[in-house]
Amino acid sequence: MLILLFLRLESQNVFMGYLASIGNYSIMVKEVFKKPTKWSIMKNLILKEIDELIYGSLGIIIFISIFIGGVVAIQTALNMTNPLIPKNLIGFATRQSVILEFAPTFTSIIMAGKVGSYITSSIGTMRVTEQIDALEVMGVNSLNYLIFPKIIAMLFYPFAIAIAMYLGVLGGLIANVMGEHSTTAEFIEGIQIDFIPFHVTYSFIKTLVFAFLIATIPSFHGYYMKGGALDVGKASTTSFVWTSVAIIIANFVLTQLLLG
Amino acid sequence: MIEVNNLHKSFGETHVLKGITTSFEKGKTNLIIGQSGSGKTVFLKCLLGLLIPDEGEIIYDGRFLSKLSITDKRDLRQEIGMVFQGSALFDSMTVEENVMFPLDMFTKQAKSEMEDRVNEVLMRVNLEEAKDKFPSEISGGMQKRVAIARAIVMKPKYLFCDEPNSGLDPKTAILIDNLIQELTQENDIITVINSHDMNSVMEIGEKIVFLKNGLKEWEGTNKEIFKTDNKAVTDFVYSSELFKKVRQMYIEERN
Ligand SMILES: Nc1ncnc2c1ncn2[C@@H]1O[C@H](COP(=O)(O)OP(=O)(O)O)[C@@H](O)[C@H]1O
Ligand SMILES: [Mg+2]
Repeated sequence: MLILLFLRLESQNVFMGYLASIGNYSIMVKEVFKKPTKWSIMKNLILKEIDELIYGSLGIIIFISIFIGGVVAIQTALNMTNPLIPKNLIGFATRQSVILEFAPTFTSIIMAGKVGSYITSSIGTMRVTEQIDALEVMGVNSLNYLIFPKIIAMLFYPFAIAIAMYLGVLGGLIANVMGEHSTTAEFIEGIQIDFIPFHVTYSFIKTLVFAFLIATIPSFHGYYMKGGALDVGKASTTSFVWTSVAIIIANFVLTQLLLG
Repeated sequence: MIEVNNLHKSFGETHVLKGITTSFEKGKTNLIIGQSGSGKTVFLKCLLGLLIPDEGEIIYDGRFLSKLSITDKRDLRQEIGMVFQGSALFDSMTVEENVMFPLDMFTKQAKSEMEDRVNEVLMRVNLEEAKDKFPSEISGGMQKRVAIARAIVMKPKYLFCDEPNSGLDPKTAILIDNLIQELTQENDIITVINSHDMNSVMEIGEKIVFLKNGLKEWEGTNKEIFKTDNKAVTDFVYSSELFKKVRQMYIEERN
């Protein structure tokens, strides 16, 4: 009985803690758009972040998408034991999985790790070495200075995902040809049948939401971190967990709203 | 003049500042001393407006910090230079870019004009040759001088330094202390320095405020501090072996 009561109180505390964090996160996001930094300075910050966050991630995105597309094609082919199922299903299934989930969601989880830990550790380091205080003392809105350029840079993230979609399907095609599961013509036919353009729109809407989460949640964890250098590492881990959770929940909600 | 009236600050249960009243004058190096954890940094951050005090008032030449509008506060901030304990240089920027940052951010000066001012300031702190280096490529003492250069580049009326010579060897520490004192006199600014270093007290303690457990335990000059009978102050002053010996010699000589 007492244990139950204790658990209940504990869970209430934890829940209130989460609520408070969400509240603080919203306040932070609002502050990011206030008192903008001088444009001549902001412009360079944005270009630097595009280079770091988007351009610097293309390699891993290209690598992942080709292989994931390939695996989807192989899995579909291997599961088609019934000879009545048309062979173009391989191309069709690859296209659908890549465009709907693998390119936008799977890649974003990887980015939550790669880009997210970079953001948390770079902002967190600035916090523990008082660089953020230095900005504030000078009268700079440090939230705007640090986070706004990351949000803008991540607006280019859908371009990276478009590449991921294209290469994912290409990876499927290559695996299909190499494994001789169906002919290239059948695969390409599969890619084209029953194409619903809204699926692509849906994917890009998701991608934009994920981009915002990947830019802001790790920033939040870095900006409000306490402690020293060791805690920067811990904050990066926590931030990865929460960014992934947020992406998965947002994915569910958006799918329900847009396709359900 | 900066006046501080009955300043209180708590973090949750811990009452860090328990009502501090003092004032700091122009053209003087004012020292806040006390053991680690006595609240020096919190005090300085309250002065800067980085922390909001729970009670009490801070008055900058007649301007009540708590009553300033956001714009007025921003204007005031541009009259303030701050040297952080760990220098807090932006590590993605070169020395020159660090010092130029406030100018670039807040003035409409042409690039050449800014460069001239940066050169002038870097020359003042003897760092012209390190201009193109990154903070990670220079020594702690040089980083401190860059931080001082960045703090004075906008010609502040108020200069704050949080333990400007912590982590430096004694010789470099004295150089930094003297630099701060010279800048204070040259530009007739109000300088407030946090320190727990007795050398600084001797060198530049034109006014000393001694904090203990969140209260002002004692205040006076570096001449007076060696004559006081306040137990907490003498404990602090003679916590250094060197000073203990000097005092002993002094007492023996007198007897
Ligand atoms: N943000 C904070 N939250 C909670 N406690 C703090 C915070 N900042 C400082 N303190 C506490 O205030 C006390 C004084 O700290 P500080 O001003 O840094 O001391 P000093 O600079 O004299 O070494 C310490 O006990 C410290 O733990
Ligand atoms: Mg301190």
